[in-house]
Amino acid sequence: MAKITVTVDGVTYSDDVEPRLLLVHYLREQVGKTGTPIGCDTSNCGACTVHMNGVSVKSCSVLAVQAEGAEITTIEGMADGQWHPLQQAFHAEHAVQCGYCTPGMIMAAADLLRSNPNPSDQEIRDGLEGNLCRCTGYENIVRAVRRAAEAGASS
Amino acid sequence: MTADTQAPQSEIGRARLRKEDARLLTGETNWTDNMVLPGMLHMAFVRSPMAHARITSVDLAAARSMPGVIAAFSGADFAGEQGSLPCAWPVTEDIVVPAHPPMATDEVRYVGEAVAVVVARDRYEAADAAAAVDVSYEPLPVVLDIRSALEENSPKVHEAGNKSYEWVFAQGDIDGAFRDAPVVIERNYRQQRLIPSAMEPRSVVAMCEAGEFTLWSATQIPHVLRFLLAVVTGIPEQNIRVIAPDVGGGFGSKLQVTAEEVLAVLVARKLGKPVKWTESRSEGNLTVHHGRDMWQRIRLAADGDGRLRGLSVDLLADMGAYLMLVTPGVPLLGAFMYPAIYKMDAYSFRCTGVFTTKMPTDAYRGAGRPEATYAIERIMDELAAELGVDPLEVRERNWIKHEEFPYTTIATLQYDSGNYEAATARAKELFGYDSLRQEQAERNLDNDPVRLGLGVSTYTEMCGLAPSRVLGSLAYGAGGWEHASIRMLPTGKVEVVTGSSAHGQGHETAWSQIVADQLGVPFEDIRVLHGDTQIAPKGMDTYGSRSLAVGGMALVGACDKVIAKAKRITAHMLEASEQDIEFTGGRLHVRGDPEKGHTIQEVALATFAAHNLPDGVEPSLDSDATYDPDNFSFPHGTHLCAAEVDTETGMATIRSYVAVDDIGKVINPQIVEGQVHGGIAQGIAQALYEEAVYDDEGNLLTTTMADYLVPSAADLPSYVTDRTESPAGNRLGVKGIGEAGTIASTPAVVNAVIDALRPFGIRDIAMPCTPERVWRAIQDAQENGGTA
Repeated sequence: MAKITVTVDGVTYSDDVEPRLLLVHYLREQVGKTGTPIGCDTSNCGACTVHMNGVSVKSCSVLAVQAEGAEITTIEGMADGQWHPLQQAFHAEHAVQCGYCTPGMIMAAADLLRSNPNPSDQEIRDGLEGNLCRCTGYENIVRAVRRAAEAGASS
Repeated sequence: MTADTQAPQSEIGRARLRKEDARLLTGETNWTDNMVLPGMLHMAFVRSPMAHARITSVDLAAARSMPGVIAAFSGADFAGEQGSLPCAWPVTEDIVVPAHPPMATDEVRYVGEAVAVVVARDRYEAADAAAAVDVSYEPLPVVLDIRSALEENSPKVHEAGNKSYEWVFAQGDIDGAFRDAPVVIERNYRQQRLIPSAMEPRSVVAMCEAGEFTLWSATQIPHVLRFLLAVVTGIPEQNIRVIAPDVGGGFGSKLQVTAEEVLAVLVARKLGKPVKWTESRSEGNLTVHHGRDMWQRIRLAADGDGRLRGLSVDLLADMGAYLMLVTPGVPLLGAFMYPAIYKMDAYSFRCTGVFTTKMPTDAYRGAGRPEATYAIERIMDELAAELGVDPLEVRERNWIKHEEFPYTTIATLQYDSGNYEAATARAKELFGYDSLRQEQAERNLDNDPVRLGLGVSTYTEMCGLAPSRVLGSLAYGAGGWEHASIRMLPTGKVEVVTGSSAHGQGHETAWSQIVADQLGVPFEDIRVLHGDTQIAPKGMDTYGSRSLAVGGMALVGACDKVIAKAKRITAHMLEASEQDIEFTGGRLHVRGDPEKGHTIQEVALATFAAHNLPDGVEPSLDSDATYDPDNFSFPHGTHLCAAEVDTETGMATIRSYVAVDDIGKVINPQIVEGQVHGGIAQGIAQALYEEAVYDDEGNLLTTTMADYLVPSAADLPSYVTDRTESPAGNRLGVKGIGEAGTIASTPAVVNAVIDALRPFGIRDIAMPCTPERVWRAIQDAQENGGTA
């Protein structure tokens, strides 16, 4: 067991974890952040994307011990009194169907807009290449990210 | 468009933002894998690494001694209780339906078949211990190719042989149609095996308390599952509750009664503790039922002007190792769709279901209709090429004209409405068809290394499953009705209970819109409940684009009954005659005097108080209805795809895609558009990217999302969508839209790729049309003297 201290959505947790424990399992099963789902086991789908120190990571590909001292933001920490512009835009553009990819998609999109506040549609598509959605055909996800960018989501 | 022509007070036709979104956007979702129960244990399955083998021993001792392990079981431990997984659609009287134990006992018949289960205190310990189970196998010969599986010397998957069934259908004089026909075209098309790949992996939690069972499952079919769990395990149906919490996509893959669901229930009973199992993606790719996998031989006879005389279809369909819930019926859903929108004199269809040592196939988005639409739309292009006419022209010469509806097709379906001319004209306009054809001709003339191809798909499909009598005549094991309840709460709010079971479709929103219009209550005041057999005790669930066309009509029926009850009570309250009470705009009032009356909410409260009801009238407005459709729903449309094919790299890129769909009246245009987008994407995925590949020992090679290429945003184009409207025969005037995009788009894309390469003499490329396959086809064509 290893002792880690991690801040998740603004709350600091200290836990003993197995060295092999994946960050996503730590978040879901020890911290209770079930808003972050798991879609694959090869880091292809991106459903488990969270921010670690402000940068998006696939939490199935990070060990909990690697998050020692880190600040993690999950989908559950995105709203601040009101929904994040990306959450609002995903709602307005119907970029959500079953919703399983949505947390990861929003977290990846937030990181994309941080590094590129005004992406073209093609840049949005390329930027979200690591996040798979089976329901929407991506059209409305692209529209939503564009809408959020126009609303200043990167700021 | 529908949205623009609706009166403002009408909810139907409005692009209402979804009620479901709030929890999905914020992570407050209730996925099955989120469930935690006191004392809950975790299951891990040991799965066969061999495609066909006799199990000679299963040694659980080492696993049982591992840390955290509570129990371990092999198939023998379930022998007396596990029954056989159900096949609800034995399509012929002499069909071979092999026994299908949830856990293999003597023999395994596909890689991934469960042979043991370990139960431990956490999922890591369970996985560790599963790796310590020692199973010995005696290999048996594999059967992988359905084209040779029926040969006499082929090894057998089951003792009864490799043929499950042969199903035939014929109308008209097929021999006469082909005799002396000026044009006869025959093609063999391959429907590759697909993996449905819903984003949420399957997950099950089972609990047994004092003989009462609760099963949470990521399923599309809580009601069907409850009924069949009772049948399979012998547990009394009234003691089983099935809950489908938030479910992350299905596409048919969660239209199943799975081994893991049955075994979770049995393990929970054995241990007296709740158990959970959530599959990994690679486990899912191996053991979630696959889709498609057919060889299609299609022959067409036509007159010299392209008028169709007859169509003959001969299918080999890969069942996989066992028949699951509707495995053998999937090709039958296509059987009626090969003639599509075309008139002809004769049609014959034969399907042979064949066993192999692979994962069973079953319903996958479209289920039979995409395969049929692919074959007919591909061969219509071949007919056009043979005649030297435009693919849309040859279709127009054959399609049912709008004034001919209702029309009974050669496949005996009665199409209620449609307007192929209107949808095609609109699609051509949005696409810029004529100028693209001109550009194509110029680029061909210039020997452009990047060729342009235009793909056409004038599809129709049958959905809204289904009239119960028709299902009965096709040997399906149940009916096709749907159920709804309306509960009028004393505060004037409304609970809607539906037997449909949404997993991304937005029923909570669309059903609220329907009920808001029917009852004249605010959209916001309606709550839709579903997916729990204790809350929504009756239903047939969600698949086959049935929820709106069948379940939506059940809502209307239940609302009618609420209003009828309210009229009687209002008449009493107003001391008027019941016949004089009208219901308009949410108010019950005396005919011609809207002022003299009550809102339905006021009547609901008065009914709750029950102080002043007519004699013999129950103090309740609540009502149920069960709706059984009298016909299928027949959406149609025209999809056009422009693809650029780089002849030097083989890369096919979609340049533009236009979809004009006719799905009757639209409840929520934004939800419909989303269904169209997602449907098209899945069809494109079959055309260009996805294929489940087994090696020659029966190992699945595409076990991860790195190997099985579910396309990303970067791989897919933007879509232009529009609609035409030919109302369907039901009161809402609605058709289904869940599968239409997938049915339409695969042939549109492949037709575009082939159209680009026709100058090279290429007339088919097996899906998926990967750069390598396209490049090889060009090389082969050039070696064989094709002209460019």
